[in-house]
Amino acid sequence: MNLLAEPLIQRMLLVGLLVGLAAPVMGTYLVQRKMALLGDGIGHVALAGVAAGWLAGSLFDLAQQDALAIPGAVLFAIIGAVVIERMRSRGAAADVVMAILFYGGIAGGVLLIGLAGGSNANLLGYLFGSISTVTWGDVWMSVGLAAVILLVGLGLRTALFAVTHDQEFARSTGLPVEALNMVVAVLAAVTITVAMRVVGVLLVSALMIVPVAIAQLITRSFARTMHLAMGIGAALTLTGIWITVFYDVQPGALIVTLGVLVYVAVASITSLTRRGT
Amino acid sequence: MSEPAEIRDVPPSLVEARDVRVSLQGTEILHGVSLTAQPGEVVALMGGNGSGKSTFVRSIVGAVPHQSGTIRLFARPATASSRAHLGYVPQRISAAGGVSATSLEVVTSGLLGSRDGADRVGARLRGLVPPRDAHARARAALRSVGIEDLAKRDVSRLSGGQQQRVLIARALVRKPRLLILDEPMAGVDLESQVAFSHTVGHLKHDRVGVVIVLHELGAMAHHIDRAVVLERGCVTYDGPPPKDLGVHALPGHDHEHPHTDPPTRDGGLGLEGP
Ligand SMILES: Nc1ncnc2c1ncn2[C@@H]1O[C@H](COP(=O)(O)OP(=O)(O)OP(=O)(O)O)[C@@H](O)[C@H]1O
Ligand SMILES: [Mg+2]
Repeated sequence: MNLLAEPLIQRMLLVGLLVGLAAPVMGTYLVQRKMALLGDGIGHVALAGVAAGWLAGSLFDLAQQDALAIPGAVLFAIIGAVVIERMRSRGAAADVVMAILFYGGIAGGVLLIGLAGGSNANLLGYLFGSISTVTWGDVWMSVGLAAVILLVGLGLRTALFAVTHDQEFARSTGLPVEALNMVVAVLAAVTITVAMRVVGVLLVSALMIVPVAIAQLITRSFARTMHLAMGIGAALTLTGIWITVFYDVQPGALIVTLGVLVYVAVASITSLTRRGT
Repeated sequence: MSEPAEIRDVPPSLVEARDVRVSLQGTEILHGVSLTAQPGEVVALMGGNGSGKSTFVRSIVGAVPHQSGTIRLFARPATASSRAHLGYVPQRISAAGGVSATSLEVVTSGLLGSRDGADRVGARLRGLVPPRDAHARARAALRSVGIEDLAKRDVSRLSGGQQQRVLIARALVRKPRLLILDEPMAGVDLESQVAFSHTVGHLKHDRVGVVIVLHELGAMAHHIDRAVVLERGCVTYDGPPPKDLGVHALPGHDHEHPHTDPPTRDGGLGLEGP
């Protein structure tokens, strides 16, 4: 019963809650602009950033070799997001650009970590998530980044919706369309690096998209979809992390599996009730 | 910038496009087209499919850049801040996302963008969030096009004509001084066309300028003050609307139309264009 008093469990639940709330906010915008797979592309670039940070850490002989891993991931992810957004707004096929980043990220990551004298095992924590090693420093960084994501993502909801719903109309109103598109791309990158800690690069995109997909089965309004997805995301991460306290399973994989199961259940229920009426 | 003397004595135009050239993907689509609209004036922009009507209208509202020529809105060079009083109804939604949205949300998005004094940073930032009374204003706009009952419905599941009304409401909610509509009557039943022509009558009474892309004057005919006809990216006619209800009757339109007699051509109307 006193498990909740355990600092590690507190840290895990807190980070899980923040990520569960923040990821679906950006996920809603990605689904809205039909770029649900953007998270995968950027996630892999972030992985290269982790490796680059590691390499820098070993070059500078830092005591903690992975001290620069997360800053590296944030930097690379933002650069990747900006590149994708630039190319997309110039009319390049977004899926091809994402595929290139995807391959470049994972190949570059493996090469860089090799150069740093690490092994691919060092990358595994980032591939699959490593929430059980979360420190208070990680928690405060997550709090800060999640606050930015929630503040901008919720506060500018109508504007970000306007730009993705009808770009041409948005331009006619004088909205700064390019800047707002860039805001979405950069915040998505930040979300990915925060969520990477919990579910890992391989599943980071799922945490952004699956709650939105579930919410969409239920509601017809953009705002409600976003709010419901936040609730679902938080419930999924908290449940998943709580279960891993008792059973030795991989938290990221568990959270995403739970989400997919909920999706299947809700989809069957809604299709049944719709057939019934 | 000094203005030519002959423009100075006419009342300031709400929109004044001069010799606008637009190229899309390396092909010149508009070869120097001009159009003006005064307060309270309803201008019909007509022409066959692919003649460049939408491209012209999109360059006026700032959705596509023009390579040369000038576009002035409200007697100022067109900038983001001059779009505060502009209402635009596109021919079709250019992006439409993967998440459903209600009519009310779509109309509310029309309240964003430039505000008065938008050249200042504070005003630009305020344009990023809806005003406090957004909800009531969006509902009123939906009511004005007769679909308040559809406020909470998912727009992507409305009929084509209902969606068109949502887009008109999204433009009207801005209380524009200049309203630009690209084929708002496409797929709209006759009753709604008549209803919308009443709306245009009210706007005209309030001195709003209207530029409307049409194929047939239809229910709108008695409000139209002037017709501008485009053909292959050039203006071939700019003058009083034809008595007949179709673009086919206009001079400069080479399409054969055996069922209607062309109206008496006024020799003084002249064909404009390069
Ligand atoms: N994005 C684009 N890239 C290249 N060419 C384009 C683009 N959009 C339109 N065009 C071309 O520009 C020309 C004018 O198109 P526009 O849409 O302005 O015609 P329109 O008069 O509005 O026709 P409609 O009555 O069918 O709406 C057409 O030949 C079209 O093929
Ligand atoms: Mg058109």
